[in-house]
Amino acid sequence: MPEEIILRVCRLEKQYQLVKAVDNISFSVRAGEIVGLLGPNGAGKTTTINMILGILEPSAGSVEILCRDLKADRCQVSRQTNFAAVYAHLPANLTVWQNLYIFGLLYGVKNLKKRVDILLKDFDLKSFSKTRVGFLSSGEASRLNLAKAVINQPLLLLLDEPTASLDPSIAQSIRQKIINYAAETRSAVLWTSHNMAEIVDVCNRVLFMSHGRILLSGDPKTLPAEHGKKDLEELFIAAAREPLSFDK
Amino acid sequence: MSLTRIYAIFIRQVFLYKGNPMRLTAPFLWIFVDIILWGFISKYLSAFGNATFNFTSVILGAIILWNFLTRIQQGVMTAFLEDVWAQSFINFFASPLTIKEYVAGLVATSLAMGLASFLVMAAVAGLVFGYNVFKIGLIILPFMLVLFIFAVAMGIFMTAIILRFGPSAEWLGWPIPFVLSIFAGVFYPISTLPAALQAVSKIIPASYVFESFRGLTGAVSTPHLLANFLTGAGLAIIYLALMYIFLIMIYRRNLKNGQLSRFGAE
Repeated sequence: MPEEIILRVCRLEKQYQLVKAVDNISFSVRAGEIVGLLGPNGAGKTTTINMILGILEPSAGSVEILCRDLKADRCQVSRQTNFAAVYAHLPANLTVWQNLYIFGLLYGVKNLKKRVDILLKDFDLKSFSKTRVGFLSSGEASRLNLAKAVINQPLLLLLDEPTASLDPSIAQSIRQKIINYAAETRSAVLWTSHNMAEIVDVCNRVLFMSHGRILLSGDPKTLPAEHGKKDLEELFIAAAREPLSFDK
Repeated sequence: MSLTRIYAIFIRQVFLYKGNPMRLTAPFLWIFVDIILWGFISKYLSAFGNATFNFTSVILGAIILWNFLTRIQQGVMTAFLEDVWAQSFINFFASPLTIKEYVAGLVATSLAMGLASFLVMAAVAGLVFGYNVFKIGLIILPFMLVLFIFAVAMGIFMTAIILRFGPSAEWLGWPIPFVLSIFAGVFYPISTLPAALQAVSKIIPASYVFESFRGLTGAVSTPHLLANFLTGAGLAIIYLALMYIFLIMIYRRNLKNGQLSRFGAE
C-alpha cells in the first residue's frame, strides 16, 4: 500500500517582474520518502522551498501539507514542518540551549526542557549548551540547525544544502542523522544539494530543476543510465548546460 | 494568537539582556544621565527669576514622561532590530509564528523595559532631587497610557519602515522622538510655537499629555483635562490602528516579492 502523501505541490509558479523563478511545477513527497531537489544555481530550488515554508507567496498554484492548504492554514501546517538551510541563521547571540528553547516554544513542543535535553544529547551538543551560537564551528552549527529542524518532530522536513561547506566526516554524520530521523518517524524529506554522491546515497527519488521547471525525475541510482549518462554528476552537468534537450 | 509564541519573542529579548549587560545602557544608563543633568538644570533655573511654579516639577516630570515614551518607541524598534542584526527572520517566520504574535512579543518587551526605565527614573529623581513623580496623583497613569499607545504606534511605524527599506532605515528611527518633542511641547506650552507648528501639535497625542501635565503641576492653567485625555487617547488609538495596518501591508508585500527571505539585500 503506498504511503500517505505529506507534501503536494500543484502547478506552483513564482514570477518576479520579468523573471519566472518557478514555472508551473507539480510534485509530491510521501511519508518516509527522501526526495532530492537538484539543479544548477538559480534553478528555482530555494524559491520552491521558500514557498513551501510560507515565507514567499506563490504567483499561482498551491502547496498542500498533510492535505491542508498552506495559504489557508499556515499556522497549523507549520507546526508539522521544519527546515534547515545554510543561509537561515539561528540568532548567533543566543546560546545553543536558548535557541532550542525559543524555537521549541515557537513550534509548541510539549515537555520542552526534556526535548531540548534529548536533542543536545542526540546531536552531541551537550557540552555546547551554554555556548553562544556565534562561537560554534561550522560542524557544530550544522548539528544545531538540524537539532532545531527536528525539535517539533516534523512530518515534513525541508533541507536546503544541509551539508554545504562541511568536511566529509561531519557531512556523513549529518546525513546519517537525517536518514535515521526519516526512517524512525516516517517523515517526508525534501533535500537540496550539489553533492551528487550524497544525493545517490540518501535519496529515494530526485527531481531535477532548471530555469524554474522540473526537467527530470526518477531514482537517482537508475536515472543516469536511462539518459545514457555514466553517473548523476554527468547527468546534472548535461541537464544544466543543455536543459532544452531534456525538456519534456 | 498563541501566548506561548508571544512569550518566545519576549523571552528571546530577556536572554539577550541577560547575555550582555551592555544592552542595559540604553534603557538605564542614558536615562540616569538625563535625569541628573535636567535635575540640576531645573534646580538652577528655580534659583532665580520670578517663576510662579516649580521648575523641577515641570522639567523633571516632563523628562521622565518623555523618556518613558522614547523607551517604548525605541524598545519596539530595538527588539525588532535584534532580529534584523541576527538575520533570524527566515527561521522565525517559517515557524508557526504570525506577524501579529511577533508584534505582540515586541510590544511586551518594550512595555517591560519602558516600565523598568520609568521606575528607575522615578527612583533617581526622588533620591537625588526629592521629586515625587506621583505628586500629581494617580491621574498620571491614564496620561502614561496615552504615551504608551502612541509610542507603540511609532515603534510599529519604524518597524514597518525598516521592513520595507532594509536595515539602513534604522537611522530614521532614532531621532523621531527628538523631532516630535518640538511639536509635543514637552518643555514649553504649545502656545509658545508659531501658529503653523501649533497646527501640527494638534495631531500629536503627546502634546495633549504634556499640556495637561503642566496644568496639573500648576505651571499653567489647563481646565480641559478630560477633553485632553480623550483627544490624546483617541488620536493614539487611531495612529496605532493605522500603523499596524501599514506594517501588515509591508509584511504582505515582502511575502510577495521575496524580501522577507532576502531581507539583508536592501
